Amino acid sequence: MWLDRLWQGVIDTFLMVGVSSLIALILGIPLAVILVTSGKGGIFEAPNVNRVLGAFVNIFRSVPFLILMVALIPFTRLIVGTTYGVWAAVVPLTIASTPFFARIAEVSLREVDHGLIEAAQAMGCRRWHIVWHVLLPEALPGIVGGFTITLVTMINSSAMAGAIGAGGLGDIAYRYGYQRFDTQVMLTVIVLLVILVAVIQLGGDRLALRLNKR
Amino acid sequence: MSATAQRLLSPHGAIAHPERLGQPSELHPEKQHAHVRFIDLGKTYEGQQGLVPALQGINLDIRRGEVFGIIGRSGAGKSSLIRTINRLEKPSSGRVLIDQVDIGAFNEDTLVDLRRRIGMIFQHFNLMSAKTVWQNVELPLKVAGVPKDQRQRKVAELLELVGLQGKHKAYPAQLSGGQKQRVGIARALVHDPAILLCDEATSALDPETTQSILGLLREINQRLGLTIVLITHEMAVIREICDRVVVLEKGEVVEQGPVWQVFGNPQHAVSRTLLAPLQHALPEDVQARLQPHPSADHASVVLDLQFTGSNGTEPDLSALFNALGGRVSLLHGGVERIQGRALGHLLLAVSHSPLSANELISRARQYAQQAEVLGYVA
Repeated sequence: MWLDRLWQGVIDTFLMVGVSSLIALILGIPLAVILVTSGKGGIFEAPNVNRVLGAFVNIFRSVPFLILMVALIPFTRLIVGTTYGVWAAVVPLTIASTPFFARIAEVSLREVDHGLIEAAQAMGCRRWHIVWHVLLPEALPGIVGGFTITLVTMINSSAMAGAIGAGGLGDIAYRYGYQRFDTQVMLTVIVLLVILVAVIQLGGDRLALRLNKR
Repeated sequence: MSATAQRLLSPHGAIAHPERLGQPSELHPEKQHAHVRFIDLGKTYEGQQGLVPALQGINLDIRRGEVFGIIGRSGAGKSSLIRTINRLEKPSSGRVLIDQVDIGAFNEDTLVDLRRRIGMIFQHFNLMSAKTVWQNVELPLKVAGVPKDQRQRKVAELLELVGLQGKHKAYPAQLSGGQKQRVGIARALVHDPAILLCDEATSALDPETTQSILGLLREINQRLGLTIVLITHEMAVIREICDRVVVLEKGEVVEQGPVWQVFGNPQHAVSRTLLAPLQHALPEDVQARLQPHPSADHASVVLDLQFTGSNGTEPDLSALFNALGGRVSLLHGGVERIQGRALGHLLLAVSHSPLSANELISRARQYAQQAEVLGYVA
C-alpha cells in the first residue's frame, strides 16, 4: 500500500533530519563559540586556531551536498558500516549541516554588543562566564532562528540523500513520483514537505520571538 | 538675617567640606594615601599609520572617598584612562596603583578579584537584554559563587537603594533610560566595591534624568563612602558632583585642581572652551555696539568682574556699586555656588562716574578677583 510507504518515508525523514540536526546542534554551538572567541580581539584570542577552523568550515560549506555525500561514502562506511539507508545519510547530513549552522550561530554571537562583554569583564566574570551568561543567552534568539534555517535546509538535503538510496520522502517522490510518473504520490510528498517546512519555520519563529526580550 | 544666609556668608560655613578643597584632612590620616595612583602612565594604540598615542605621562592621585572628575573633548583619552583602573585597558607604560598595590602584573584570578572591588557603569548601560532587572543585578554575585539566600538579600537591598522595587521582573527594554542606569548602578554596587567608575554615565540621558542620577551618585558617595571616578565631556556634570577635576587634552593632563578653582579661574584654553557654554557672555547687541575708546562724553564703561571663589563669599553689591560711583547697570551675569564657593561673572555698564577706567578697575578689584574694561558703549 503506498500510504504505508509514505508513512515510512515521513518517519525516515524525521529520523535522518532529527538525528543529524541534534548532532549539528551539539557540535555547531561550541564550534561557533570557538570561531567567535578565538578571533582577533576575542576573549580566547587564538588566531591560528581561528584560521584553521575557519578554513575547515569553509571547505565543507563550499562543496555541494550531492558531491559531499558521494565523496564521503568511504568515511560513511567506516562510521556506520553501510552506505545505504537512513543511518548512512546521517553522516553526510551532519557533516554538511554542522558548519552551516555554526556559521549562522557565529553571526548571532558576533552581534552581541561588545559593551555587554566589557560590562561582564568589569563585574568580575571569568571568560567562560562570559560565554555562558552573556554570549549564549544574548545570542539565543538568533541561534534559534539559525537552527530553524538549518532544519529547513536539512529537509532539503535529506530529500537529495533519499534519492540516492537513503529512504525518506525524497526517495518516495523520486522512485514513485518521478520514475513511475505517479503524480498523486509526487503531489502528496510536495504537500507533506510544504507542511513540514511551514510547521518548523512557524515554530522556530515563535520561539525566537518569545526569547527575544530586546 | 536667616540662619541659612548666616551660614552662607560666614567664613567657616561657606566651606562645607574643608577636606574636599585640597588640604588633606587631619581627622582622616588614611585619606592621605591615594586610593588610585597613576604613575607616568602611557597608552599607545596600533593605528593604520603606526602607533597612535592615546595617553602619555599621566601622573595623578585619586583620594579615598572623593568624587573625581575627568573631563576632555572626545578623543582626549578619558575612556582609556578610566579603563586602566580596572584593567579593561592595559597600559603600554607606567603603573596604576590601587591601595598602593601595582595592578600591572595581575593575572586572570587576581584581576577578577580586583574587578569585584571596582564597580563600573556605562553610557549605554550595557545591561543583559535577555535577563530581568533582578537577574542583571544578581549576575555578578552568581558568577562569584555567592549562595542563593545571600544573593537574594543583596539584590533586594540594592534595588531598593536605587529605587527600583517592583521592577524586579521587568526586562531592560521595558525601562526608561534613567531606570536602566539605576539597574546599572545597582549591578555595579552589588559586591560592595570601594571604587565606582562612571563612563559618561549620564551622557545618554535627558537633563532631568541626569540630575536624578547625579543625585543618586552623590548620595551613594556620601552614604557608602565610595570613591567615584567619572569621565564626562559635560562641565555641568563636574560642577554638579565632583570634588576635584582633571582636564585631559590629547592624552595629557592640562589642568587639575578642586572644581571651584578650575571653574573660577581656568588656566588652559581647553578648560575655557569646555566651560564656555556655562558662562555669561556679553549680550550680542551690546557686543555689537562695543567700542575700544570712549566716543561721547557720557559713554558707559563696560566692566567684566570675575569672582573666582578664592575668598569664598558672595559679592557685596551695594558696597561695590558705591565704590564705583555713578550709575551702574547690570548687563548680564550671575553667581553660583560650587563646593561652598561663590563663583561667577558680572558684566556691568558704569556711566556718570567721576572715576577713570583705571580707577574703576582698581576699585572693582577690592570686591572681585578679576576686573577688566571690555570697552565703551554710547
